[in-house]
Amino acid sequence: MKALEYRDVSFSYEEEGGFRIEHLNFSVEEGEFVAVLGHNGSGKSTLARLANGLLTADSGEVAVFGTALGDKNLYEIRKQVGIVFQNPDSQAVASIVEDDVAFGAENVGMPREEIGKRISFALRAVGMEEYRTATIARLSGGQKQRVAIAGALALKPRILILDESTAMLDPRGRKEIVGVVKKLNEEEGITVLLITHFMDEALLASRAVVMNRGEIVMQDAPSRLFRRGEELVTYNLALPRIAEICNRLRAGGMNVSDALDVNTLAEDIAKCVS
Amino acid sequence: MRIVAEHLSYIYNAKSPFAVKALDDVSLTVEEGEFFGLIGHTGSGESTFVQHLNGLLRLPSSLKRRKKKDGATLTVGEFDLTSKKTNFRALRRKVGMVFQYPEDQLFAETVLDEVAYGYKNFAEKRPDREETERAVREAVEAVGLDYESVKDMSPFDLSGGQKRRVAIAGVIVTKPEILVLDEPAAGLDPLGKREVMELLHRLKESWCKTVVVVSHDMDEIAENCTRVAVFSEGRVEYVLPPAELFKHTEELLRLGLDIPLTAKLVLALKERGVEIDCDYTAEDFVSKVLARGGRSC
Repeated sequence: MKALEYRDVSFSYEEEGGFRIEHLNFSVEEGEFVAVLGHNGSGKSTLARLANGLLTADSGEVAVFGTALGDKNLYEIRKQVGIVFQNPDSQAVASIVEDDVAFGAENVGMPREEIGKRISFALRAVGMEEYRTATIARLSGGQKQRVAIAGALALKPRILILDESTAMLDPRGRKEIVGVVKKLNEEEGITVLLITHFMDEALLASRAVVMNRGEIVMQDAPSRLFRRGEELVTYNLALPRIAEICNRLRAGGMNVSDALDVNTLAEDIAKCVS
Repeated sequence: MRIVAEHLSYIYNAKSPFAVKALDDVSLTVEEGEFFGLIGHTGSGESTFVQHLNGLLRLPSSLKRRKKKDGATLTVGEFDLTSKKTNFRALRRKVGMVFQYPEDQLFAETVLDEVAYGYKNFAEKRPDREETERAVREAVEAVGLDYESVKDMSPFDLSGGQKRRVAIAGVIVTKPEILVLDEPAAGLDPLGKREVMELLHRLKESWCKTVVVVSHDMDEIAENCTRVAVFSEGRVEYVLPPAELFKHTEELLRLGLDIPLTAKLVLALKERGVEIDCDYTAEDFVSKVLARGGRSC
């Protein structure tokens, strides 16, 4: 089943000079983990905001599990599509972790007992149970983002969208978040749309999509996509470092595979040099 | 200008229940002409250290009404930062500081006003319009922007990468000899990151003699720095060139730090009985590997 479907969607911002999305057709299957890549201003975030009605398409429609998004079902659909944004410091609405996680659930009028269960579930899923009564201001960036993800999870969304949620984190924080998202995808079957400009994060996805000026210009399995280095560069993207090294080795005559993980590459090199 | 720190310590919220020892007996020398890297897990003291370099954080002995010396010394070129007589205004002209996400601090209506702000504030006597414009033009061009096309634009209408360049221009406009940057490439897309690092190399050649960067990106450190100081819990654990530092793989991982991709590959190859001795830049790694692979396969 299609979890998310953009049917002939057009959209433009009011300001001049920006890009517009024209007749976009794109869909994500239930349980998929899709990475969306693109340089700043390519339309990645617009794609995310169209998915739960933060932005409304000028024409065409966006459907979530087959239901087209409209004024009447907006709130129902938002329960199914959780979005986590970029800045760990601007998403918290409460000062204590559990209050923050409960906020969305309270807003949809969930019974109190149920909220308590959801908080436990959500904090466990992101590995933050011990911090249930902690002060958010004293958490690290990665922990704050995990709380933000928990806030989205408390509503049991079937789709989770991360809009550059790791951009402001240090490497450890990034690893935490990507690990949590991968786990949610595999164990809870949540459909994931990971918007990022860290190319190495895209390697975890089952499909990578490249946007440029409001258009989807490339899509493929990450390892295959990153063999098309020159094409990526024309969209102002750089290759993940491991793909760059693979390509340089190939250019030097060493035929390594395109699995793009450290151990496989080391294995390939070891075969060639011994 | 050399930076010489000896026995430097710093405690946030001293004498309160929230006291945190951010620097613990740090001794460190940065030579003129270096592209010096500071790395550490978030909260290890590297940002606290760099904030001492232009007197944003002060040594206790340099503050009025404090007499006690704690044995800590810090000199930046001819400036003795332990002294109460230090001319901090002159120091700040010589040591430019670019914070994390500097574009968040933009405020002026035009790029010209934005970059001119620091210049006017740090000038010894108020510069005239012509002189200011000349200095701004030079700084804006030095960060790789076209002065004529951006000078009258609002900085807020620029792209993320351009905003960051304008913010950097606003700092280098005083012609500092040392440029200190906290995570200069954070939050940019990969191409933007690369461009910022190239810009810093250009600036080091033509504009300011020394560049000091705080970074969490080990690949960036491996590719760019002459030497690296590793901070952990307020102490300096290593000061080494990247080619030496990343041989200490296990210790770095133990400190909760990442290692560059090249170091991971060297390690994985070692486990498979292939020793590669490289300086951990991608270029050197590839050429050393290719040099070993006598036959094509």
